[in-house]
Amino acid sequence: MLRRAGRALLLLAAGALAACSAEVEMKAEAPDATPYARAYGDTFVEASIGDIGTLIPTLASDAPSHEIGGWVYDGLVRLDKNLNNVPAMAESWTFSQDCLTLDFKLRRDVKWHDGRPFTAEDVVFTWKAIVHPKTPAPFKEKFLQIKSVEALDSYTVRVTYPEPYARSVESWQEYILPKHRLEPYVAEGKLRESPQNKQPIGTGAYRFQEWRSGEKVVLLANPDYYLGKPYLSRIVYRVIPSQATIFLELKARGVDYSQGLTAIQYTRQTEYPAFRKAYRKFRYPGSGYTFLAFNLKDPRFADRRVRQAFAHAINKRELIEGVAMGLAREVDGPVRPGSWAYTDRVKHFDFDPKKAKDLLAEAGWSDRDGDGLVEDKDGKPFTFTIRTNQGNDERKKIAEIIQQRLADVGVKAEIQIIDWASFIKEFVKPRKFEALVLGLGSGTDPDQYVVWHSSQVGPDQMNRTGYANPEVDALLERGRASCHQQERIQYYHRIQEILAEDVPMLFLYVRDALPVVSSRVRGLDPGPAGITYNFHEWFVPTPLQVYTSG
Amino acid sequence: MGPFLVRRLLVVVPLLIGITFVSFIVISLAPGGPLDFLEGESPDLSPEVKKQLTELYGLDKPLVVQYWSWLTRLARLDFGRSFLPDGKPVLTKIGERLPVTLLLNIVEMLIILAVAVPIGVLSAVRQGSSFDKVTTMFVFIGFATPDFWLALLLMSFFGAQLGWLPISGLRSMNWEYLSFWGQQLDFISHLALPIVVATFGGLAGFSRYMRQSMLEVVRQDYVQTARAKGLSEQVVIGKHALRNALLPVVTILGLSLPGLIGGSVIIESIFAIPGMGQLMVQSIYARDYPVVMGNLVVVAVLTLFANLFADIAYGFVDPRIRLGGRRGRR
Repeated sequence: MLRRAGRALLLLAAGALAACSAEVEMKAEAPDATPYARAYGDTFVEASIGDIGTLIPTLASDAPSHEIGGWVYDGLVRLDKNLNNVPAMAESWTFSQDCLTLDFKLRRDVKWHDGRPFTAEDVVFTWKAIVHPKTPAPFKEKFLQIKSVEALDSYTVRVTYPEPYARSVESWQEYILPKHRLEPYVAEGKLRESPQNKQPIGTGAYRFQEWRSGEKVVLLANPDYYLGKPYLSRIVYRVIPSQATIFLELKARGVDYSQGLTAIQYTRQTEYPAFRKAYRKFRYPGSGYTFLAFNLKDPRFADRRVRQAFAHAINKRELIEGVAMGLAREVDGPVRPGSWAYTDRVKHFDFDPKKAKDLLAEAGWSDRDGDGLVEDKDGKPFTFTIRTNQGNDERKKIAEIIQQRLADVGVKAEIQIIDWASFIKEFVKPRKFEALVLGLGSGTDPDQYVVWHSSQVGPDQMNRTGYANPEVDALLERGRASCHQQERIQYYHRIQEILAEDVPMLFLYVRDALPVVSSRVRGLDPGPAGITYNFHEWFVPTPLQVYTSG
Repeated sequence: MGPFLVRRLLVVVPLLIGITFVSFIVISLAPGGPLDFLEGESPDLSPEVKKQLTELYGLDKPLVVQYWSWLTRLARLDFGRSFLPDGKPVLTKIGERLPVTLLLNIVEMLIILAVAVPIGVLSAVRQGSSFDKVTTMFVFIGFATPDFWLALLLMSFFGAQLGWLPISGLRSMNWEYLSFWGQQLDFISHLALPIVVATFGGLAGFSRYMRQSMLEVVRQDYVQTARAKGLSEQVVIGKHALRNALLPVVTILGLSLPGLIGGSVIIESIFAIPGMGQLMVQSIYARDYPVVMGNLVVVAVLTLFANLFADIAYGFVDPRIRLGGRRGRR
């Protein structure tokens, strides 16, 4: 379902069977209390700002493709309300003692949309297809960790890893592909050109009906879905590239669901009785964090006291009010709030310009000539450039607020806004920057080896700040090499403590997701995972149904 | 006529190669490549995958080699496939988008002509009258109004407030279940607002050309003669003056032919119409070179042929051109 939408930007996640460890404040308006019986029927219209890239989401990194994919395909496991992996097409799974083999028992009642049975062969094929050198799958990395996938019998799959891999279970959220339709195309490296990319066959809750490029995708309920036929009988996924138009369509009740209101729409423009009656608004922490990253190769930022001084100098609350109208929450680390590994028991730097100045002075930066700027002992003033990408107003505003707050403590920051492609190519990858405002996805698994490990500093690798801390390296390695959540949780709590204290980047906030759903749709059960994880249980009571001709 | 045509046709081929070569280089000069956008800021994309894709798309070869292989494929009318994960042939992608853009632009053009010609003629004939002043003002307001703003106002009023017209898209959600005529009506009502917005902005240019050209013509001696003969004002203006005044307008119309296939990005985005404008912009953003180049080739060919036809038409009208252009063209 939509539960995996936006996976593109996420560091995805495992964490087998534990309960959610942190409380996440969920805000949702109460539905009207009338109890209605579940009913089949009606059309559900979603408005998406982005176009669909492909009907084989394995090949794409865009969120709309994965959203459609989540309806048409299914994985062996899925995320539940509390961001835990639970069985989907697999009935259960077991790890060997050494975490090296993972056995999945598959459900026997799953059928492809063309009526063929789903078997272990399809799982083996999916792995082979994704790791095939000619398959342009952007997220094949997780399957490259696997040594072999074998079908022990038609409904048992054994996955073997050369060394323990923490995200193994999570990686099997991957959509399973139909072997009988795709085998020759994978061998030729022509997966993109296969008929599956025009008329996909999956095992998911909805069958593909139609794709009009740039306009819409239409899906129909799959009566043979293994969790029972979904209640909403038809989904129309409309592409509307303008946020303003989506909002007008909402006002006219032309669409039933939009993934994101803007902050001003959420707080002001939707606050009138007719809208409140027609829609339910939701608010919960999103899955990405925004940060100010330092280049730790720069001798000034290599000094931890300088970074801590910045942390004291900047008022995160003010930032959130200023750029997101308060619809975000402060963070002190990179782990997704609400996921099992999250902890808030870490060092927090209060907004305190006085302390910031003291720390700067301790690091050798003080105002020696009385011009309001701090200088080092040679009289060189502290000036640097904050860079961010064009087209993101939020990041631009962040840079401006930070600039102002740093000026208050005597640090002069310039701002440079660069178009995305040049930004990445000229500055981020060659690490030719002093500081950046950027965002990163944070998935449900806390393994962020690629972002924090000191080995990940090549031009195409993700440790952009050049952070190197032997203790964090060791913890990341150990956390990645274990399949026992109780053991891993200690490593990740410790990592969060160290990162919060070390401030390799200034973690600012996690934006709230602000979806809106037509109030005629019932069966929603908001949780840390959002709302769409139980989409197949959503329904429209018979008296409220609008589209009856379908 | 024969040698003239041959000469013109011979020029088209090197011209086309030149256009595509320069375009190819310029597009490749733009920072970033198709794979930078695939990746975004995702930590899960491995560098090896990127390398494989670079080789798969042939992006590791020198630019000139890339251009040559593209050109030789084009010579066999193979436009290639999109770099995007849908992997569709370029011509399919253009084919999906072209009909609606053509329909919109042709209807828009016809309405503009039908409205702009009378406005232009009347305001020229009654130069300085209050009609002239009012239409001039109206037309300039239209010219100065930003498309997106007018679009949002109309959508908000007719769509959200009154509920008379659909706000966006091409078809209603229950389109498949409507009767045949119901479907047509539904389609037309979806096109109404975009066409109004597009027309409103385009009126100014044409009605001004028409007015200007008419003003020049009514000062000519033969119009005086016609009046002196005692012809009615209707015949003088409608028959003698209008025909001659239309000539430059027709030229401008001819030149705007290639523009018919390029959609308006703003109107298409706001009304969620999947047309050529959106396709082109998305392809450029995604650095989807095959689609961008395919689009350019189609536009370039159309432009070249529109010019060619214009020249041939002049050749028919004006013997000096047909006979070798010794005395210059027009």
